[in-house]
Amino acid sequence: MTATHEPATGVDEIDTDPAALHPITITVNGTTHRLAVEGRRLLVDVLRQDLRLTGTHTGCDQGVCGVCTVRLDGATVRSCITLAVQADGADVRTIEGVAPDTRTLHPVQQAFWEKQGLQCGFCTPGMVLRVQEILEQNPCPTRAQVREGISSNLCRCTGYQFIVDAAVEAAERMAEGS
Amino acid sequence: MKPPPFSYHRGRTVEHAAELLRELGPSARLLAGGQSLLPMLNLRLAEPAHLVDLGSAPGLDAIRRDGDLLVVGATARQAAVENSADVRSLVPLLAEAVEHVAHPPIRHRGTVVGSIAHASAVAELPCAALALDAQLTLLSADGVRTVGAEDFFTGAFTTSARADEIVAQVAFPVTGPGTGQAWSEFSLRRGNFPVAGAGVSITVADGEIVDVAIAICGVSDRPVRARAAEAALLGSRPDPETVAAAAAASVAELTPRGAGDLAAHILPVVAAPVPAWGYRASVAKSQVRRAVTTALTRAGGVR
Ligand SMILES: Cc1cc2nc3c(=O)[nH]c(=O)nc-3n(C[C@H](O)[C@H](O)[C@H](O)COP(=O)(O)OP(=O)(O)OC[C@H]3O[C@@H](n4cnc5c(N)ncnc54)[C@H](O)[C@@H]3O)c2cc1C
Ligand code: FES
Ligand code: FES
Repeated sequence: MTATHEPATGVDEIDTDPAALHPITITVNGTTHRLAVEGRRLLVDVLRQDLRLTGTHTGCDQGVCGVCTVRLDGATVRSCITLAVQADGADVRTIEGVAPDTRTLHPVQQAFWEKQGLQCGFCTPGMVLRVQEILEQNPCPTRAQVREGISSNLCRCTGYQFIVDAAVEAAERMAEGS
Repeated sequence: MKPPPFSYHRGRTVEHAAELLRELGPSARLLAGGQSLLPMLNLRLAEPAHLVDLGSAPGLDAIRRDGDLLVVGATARQAAVENSADVRSLVPLLAEAVEHVAHPPIRHRGTVVGSIAHASAVAELPCAALALDAQLTLLSADGVRTVGAEDFFTGAFTTSARADEIVAQVAFPVTGPGTGQAWSEFSLRRGNFPVAGAGVSITVADGEIVDVAIAICGVSDRPVRARAAEAALLGSRPDPETVAAAAAASVAELTPRGAGDLAAHILPVVAAPVPAWGYRASVAKSQVRRAVTTALTRAGGVR
């Protein structure tokens, strides 16, 4: 038998293949998925392409616009600048998981509907998730606080007044409901 | 666009991550929150062959007091630092500066240490670290060394850390009695990088300024200390004229820079207008005046 002399390295064998697949487990809207993804796979592409949850939109791909917003372990994040491997083990909520059932809208969604908080609807999934978070942290915000809070998300239709109206309306409904 | 191909490696511990960086060589990059690196990858402004993810290394997200220092670990999120009562009471300048970084969804993932390591000339946290004389702990396969903030920032997105060194933690001196701190900045839109900003820490005893540190961002290729302004204030009994003179001195020694030089710092908002240097300098002066005035009020030393 020939002895092989491996160079002494401090780490185990390193696989430097960019196409190597990494196993991840993510729970999306309550359903747990086991996936194998390349290192460079973005969370937004896993959601939209692999899981076919196309409610999460993609716009700027550089973290600026907020249309790709999802909630990762409860907190809003940009899924376009989050790698899928970074979401391993996380609980993800997308717009598809906001309504309590297929016939009922969440109060924030209902308020967007009634107050015309959407025009083309492109920013809406991100706006709804962000407004939901704002209201969880501050159930009775002023218009200025809502405006400040949603400054993280851009609306190309510029319908900010109505989005603020919707957030204030949703806050009132949720206060009545609780 | 999407990120270019890279091989992905998860650091099991900070030491393991350092070993991976050493093994993989200079084409490897560390990944923290990814809130600067991912936009750069998507825009293909960076094409590292390998990424070493520090995100799941345990024990690095601490925000804790260690004697006269407040220590922020490499993976402590900006949102966690923002919401820490310890940071607010012990290092108020850091607490105030971090509120101005981007928007909550970005602060939910971005790290304080990652922002300092990224070393953007317009970013709040490198500038605050400079004003606070923060101490950075650099860890590599060779061991650990400590570098002061002033020696850490060496140019645009450039630091004295080697490619295989990890900033394991940043330690900020805790404020004492008589010290007031303030951050002030002006940005074109909420959540954008500032045109210019200033971080100030002032200690007043018996109505006299006995210690003062001022750092400004947005006017050079790195955050800079406003030494002439500090000298104008040190030992004085501050009144509005002294403060105005110090603010005027704060940019006097700087070399004007071309627009191209500053454009590099606007990332990741590539299409954003790039304010010219003269405008930045005048904004910087106002921010110094405001931050000094607020810091003096907080130190209890203004009449
Ligand atoms: C839309 C948008 C707006 C933003 N606005 C602002 C703003 O107004 N002000 C501001 O300051 N920032 C802003 N940012 C950037 C944000 O603050 C980043 O979180 C921060 O700059 C980098 O921290 P990170 O943890 O995300 O680092 P990453 O993006 O993971 O890393 C950034 C760089 O630092 C290196 N690095 C990270 N951690 C370490 C470490 N521990 N040791 C050695 N090297 C390390 C990485 O290798 C990489 O080169 C914005 C980002 C976006 C997307
Ligand atoms: S697509 Fe993610 S922020 Fe614009
Ligand atoms: S409704 Fe069209 S982008 Fe907001």
